[in-house]
Amino acid sequence: MEVALFVPCYVDQFYPGAARATLELLEKLGVTVRYPEGQTCCGQPMANSGYEHLAGGCNENFVERFSGYDYIISPSGSCVLHLKEHLHSEKHPVQGEEIRHRIFELTEFLTDILKVEELDARFPHKVGVHQSCHGQRGLKLSQMSELTAPAFSKPGKLLHLVKDIELVELDRIDECCGFGGTFCVAEEAVSVKMGKDRVADHLRHGAEYITGADMSCLMHMEGILRRNKSNTKVIHIAEILNSH
Amino acid sequence: MQANEKKHHTLADHFNADEARVDWHDKTLWFVRTKRDRLTHDLLEWEELRDTASQIKSHVLSNLSQYLEEFEQKASANGVVVHWAADAEEHNNIVFNLLKKQGIDRMVKSKSMLTEECHLNDYLAKQGIEVIDSDLGERIVQLAKEMPSHIVLPCIHKKKEEIGDLFHEHLGTEAGVSDPQILTETARQHLRDVFITRKAALTGVNFAIAETGEMVICTNEGNADMGAHLSNIHIASMGIEKIIPKRAHLGVFLRLLTRSATGQPITTYSSHFKKPRKGQEMHVILVDNGRSRQLGRTNFRNSLKCIRCGACMNTCPVYRRSGGHSYHNAVSGPIGSILAPNLDMKEFSDLPFASTLCGSCSNVCPVKIDIHDQLYKWRQELVKAGYTDKKKTVAMKLMAATLSSPTKFKLAGKLGRLTLKYAPFTVNNGLNPWYKGREMPAPPKESFSEWYANRGKDKKI
Repeated sequence: MEVALFVPCYVDQFYPGAARATLELLEKLGVTVRYPEGQTCCGQPMANSGYEHLAGGCNENFVERFSGYDYIISPSGSCVLHLKEHLHSEKHPVQGEEIRHRIFELTEFLTDILKVEELDARFPHKVGVHQSCHGQRGLKLSQMSELTAPAFSKPGKLLHLVKDIELVELDRIDECCGFGGTFCVAEEAVSVKMGKDRVADHLRHGAEYITGADMSCLMHMEGILRRNKSNTKVIHIAEILNSH
Repeated sequence: MQANEKKHHTLADHFNADEARVDWHDKTLWFVRTKRDRLTHDLLEWEELRDTASQIKSHVLSNLSQYLEEFEQKASANGVVVHWAADAEEHNNIVFNLLKKQGIDRMVKSKSMLTEECHLNDYLAKQGIEVIDSDLGERIVQLAKEMPSHIVLPCIHKKKEEIGDLFHEHLGTEAGVSDPQILTETARQHLRDVFITRKAALTGVNFAIAETGEMVICTNEGNADMGAHLSNIHIASMGIEKIIPKRAHLGVFLRLLTRSATGQPITTYSSHFKKPRKGQEMHVILVDNGRSRQLGRTNFRNSLKCIRCGACMNTCPVYRRSGGHSYHNAVSGPIGSILAPNLDMKEFSDLPFASTLCGSCSNVCPVKIDIHDQLYKWRQELVKAGYTDKKKTVAMKLMAATLSSPTKFKLAGKLGRLTLKYAPFTVNNGLNPWYKGREMPAPPKESFSEWYANRGKDKKI
């Protein structure tokens, strides 16, 4: 199986460790991973700010780089959701449409396509799981607390395969952290307050690490943790699943 | 107020100056959300009920004129006088003329968000008519000369001590008394006097049934009933989207409404008003005020399904931490943010951006309005219509140019991880909103793509 790895722009620049872990994990599971040269951004920063019409360049670039693969995998629920919902190409409409069906967030690819049932990973720490909204409510990676429906969690299922990990319970299992793209600066006060409250829930329950399938939420919470000189760290779920 | 002072982010910033109060506000509303969860999670058919309600409302919106005419015909046959108002002004005029005809200058009013939308109280006050709101929460905000901050819990932003102060000032309770028992008893006595002495009562309408021409009004306090039954003239104001086809459909909505709103199985009073008692006048005003315009907006017509339960407010992590007044509109929170731009795109251009698009609102909505998707769509509309900051447009164009070009992207990255140089978390200074409450990410020594390029040849594919 040949897959293409899409590393979101800010992950490439600020969190290369999450991307490396994704690549190594997929390779460990026997997947041939290509990293298409010249990839940039999914276009969401513009689109969510109301400038979807300016995302055309990103769209065309994405379609050119990522056409023709069996699957496209990305360690970000938010970028994947955006592409699934909004990617389109004037130049290559068919390929654009195809990508929307072939792109997967990492954990859903592991559980739904690779059907991973065991992992050679060990992470002897207390970990809080942050449910990023776009992955959870958009891609349905986990059941949502608002609905009357059976519980499930794709990231949770994978974390349970990791040896010696202790997952902490939270008071609010799926409240938004307040990152929200440009919301994080446009609505600075509310964004920071939401982040502080989310972080506090994890700290209250003794988390040494906060993990999740979206680095953007983790970046926001890391900013708050570090401002408060907390010892608790953020870590992308790929890094835990790839840990030894 | 200056334009910027009235915007959501500024008002939210003020609200956040008192963090303990934000915590209290958040916890109070989260408590309501958890009550809602307890009740809905026990009901196996909950999601089916939401689907059904949503479909009934879709059907109504597609056949609105037909059902409105059916309602008019049935209500008229029942002896109810039906009025049509194209906008807020016409609505307010109709109310005023009905009162004037009877020589009435004092009216009691139960909860009606529509009359808030129409600014009826202010209008009538200018005409010399006194209106007293009889819903306890609304009475409290009226005494405080404020707008409701929540459509179901109008004074949820007020602590009991503050209510005690208001009652001391206006209703004569002893200074410093904040015992809810004493305060509610005081309100009760005060409102009893109002109910007995007012000849006119205005109520809202939760559901209007086309099949029978009757109106259903839901309250927990029975205040709509007290006002309407004791009055010589009962005026019911309703938005044209409140129609449901048949009585049989009512059960679906009544089961959904209060479970969603407050986590109760049903409102204490779900009262049916069908015809005036002997000697009484009963009027209903069917108000458009932008609703047919919204109906014509394909992307936003579903917002008219709203049954005003307020669940989206209780669950909204932004609403809970910014307060209802930060939305500067009669209807606040997520639903207000998709309804308000239809009323005035310029004035409410900020509201669709007052969200992280987390999607919790759409999940609790009892009629399954795609609220967060509509917020996204309103953003696109508002930008295209030119209602956003010009500086932001320039920044976005630069960002788009950088991110759509692999060469520019790489170069920007090389210049010290400045890929997102138009996203402010790259600069550590006081002018940077990211840095005010957060550290910025520590820049790694190489990007992933640089690392990948240097990866051992044997590994590289």
